[in-house]
Amino acid sequence: MLKAENLTYIYGQNTPFETKALDGADFSVSAGEFAGLIGHTGSGKSTLIQHLNGLLKPHSGRILLEGRDIWEKGAKMRGVRFAVGLVFQYPEYQLFEETVGKDIAFGPKAMGLSEAETDERVREAMEFTGLGADLAEKSPFDLSGGQKRRVAIAGVIAMRPKVLVLDEPTAGLDPSGRREILTHIQDYRAQTGAAVVLVTHSMEDIARVADTVTVLSRAKPILRGTLDEVFSRREVLTGIGLDVPAVTRVLLRLRALGLDVDAGAYTLEDAVRAVKAVRAC
Amino acid sequence: MDEIIRFEHVSYSYPTEVAAADKDGAASGSSEDRSVTPAPALNGVSLAVRRGETVALLGHNGSGKSTLVKMLNGMLTPDTGTVTVCGMDTGGDPLKIRQQVGLVFQNPDNQIVATVVDEDVAFALENLGVPPAEIRERVDAALRDVGMSEYKSHAPHRLSGGQKQRVAIAGVLAMNPTVLALDEPTAMLDPKGRVEVMETVRRLNAEKGVTVVMVTHHMNEAALFDRVVVMDKGAVALDGSPREVFRRAEELQALGLTVPQTVALAQALGLDAAPLTEEECADAIYHAYKGEPHC
Repeated sequence: MLKAENLTYIYGQNTPFETKALDGADFSVSAGEFAGLIGHTGSGKSTLIQHLNGLLKPHSGRILLEGRDIWEKGAKMRGVRFAVGLVFQYPEYQLFEETVGKDIAFGPKAMGLSEAETDERVREAMEFTGLGADLAEKSPFDLSGGQKRRVAIAGVIAMRPKVLVLDEPTAGLDPSGRREILTHIQDYRAQTGAAVVLVTHSMEDIARVADTVTVLSRAKPILRGTLDEVFSRREVLTGIGLDVPAVTRVLLRLRALGLDVDAGAYTLEDAVRAVKAVRAC
Repeated sequence: MDEIIRFEHVSYSYPTEVAAADKDGAASGSSEDRSVTPAPALNGVSLAVRRGETVALLGHNGSGKSTLVKMLNGMLTPDTGTVTVCGMDTGGDPLKIRQQVGLVFQNPDNQIVATVVDEDVAFALENLGVPPAEIRERVDAALRDVGMSEYKSHAPHRLSGGQKQRVAIAGVLAMNPTVLALDEPTAMLDPKGRVEVMETVRRLNAEKGVTVVMVTHHMNEAALFDRVVVMDKGAVALDGSPREVFRRAEELQALGLTVPQTVALAQALGLDAAPLTEEECADAIYHAYKGEPHC
């Protein structure tokens, strides 16, 4: 679906502050895939995702959307922006319209959809994000923080992107708000077959929703694979200030204590199963 | 003088124009028509914090946590009821109260004013007219206390999130506050930055006896405090040690919260325990299971 090859991007080129934010980075996501993207602050995550819809142009390398280089001559950047929907960190600060409905309609309108189609997209996006239809006429500034966040995500979903990219969509939300947002994103993926790229600092979120994980460090991916493939390399993760989920750390400690438990469990449910399996055998 | 903070029947409502926006610290909108009459942000809160105590404030978004924190240094004052800090009513001289209570917020980028780290830490002292030699001494001490001495000549915007947040803490520490209040200081940080901030806060409490009140959405952080206070609808819903509060998983869930993963795991396995660390959790499971025959 979307593929980034050998991307290099340099901030402040030819200044004393020149920094390579991406240094030969590869990344790809297939239709229907839920890809997690992790790495410490400054590892290049945000720079990478801004390349995925052409907000930044790489100094070298290319980005292929359904096989087509988005920067080749004659390519339509507008189409790319609609196909790859980017939700920034703290997107609620970008709400601007008078009503929730108008704010969500901004994208579909810009795409040139008719009023009827736009209304349909708004209704659908509000449903995907669990916003009651009665909120459409409210000012977004009268909503709670969690609701505003969902309005902002709905605004991107309303363009029905084939790739939905989210930069820490759960930051600053309470636990139930976090769970809800992730569930809505999973629903969108399940019902539309879209690819999702999720940037997060939460290993627990990754364990819950992601199919694959890419770990960025110092401007390039250092690990990429299934949850098992990535979380089995704990020493690499701790080496860059990350770690496996808390329940996995408990299982690893149980193994160290001499209990023969499978430490390849990353969610609470799987960890419970792993411990019970020891008793049952 | 054991008691350092006291809330007595404190209620507060935001003025309607800014009510919706200010709760999140977001910029206020341009819409003229505001038909909402918000529920009170605080509704009859009574709470006492002892000197040297560390208190984690939990609660879903909009439960009143941030409002409570802003009451601690008189940034907000109650509509009814009283807030007393170090024996002073917070409605009194703001300068005196703010020297006792240092506030640190979520976004480090919004709290740093100078272009060099030590100048930033010196900002408040300079404004208070503290003599330069003493400023130097207090700034150096504050940076040492947060482990940032070697960065004192750096530009703040080139630091990591965790480092910036520690500079922000040093800025309030330079005032020698009795109380350090932090509103979600780890929300925007990566795992390493979170650990840095938590370790700094705990060390300041242990070594300097600073009383700490900290808002967080991370249950594993709350588990490290002496006491957990859970807010709901502007009132205190649960109050106790982390072990007491996190045993009440169902109530917490109803309040939009969870328990730390270690507690959830132990409880899902039917253990009568609320382990707060991974070590405790593994030990509890191990002891429950080692009696069992396994192959």
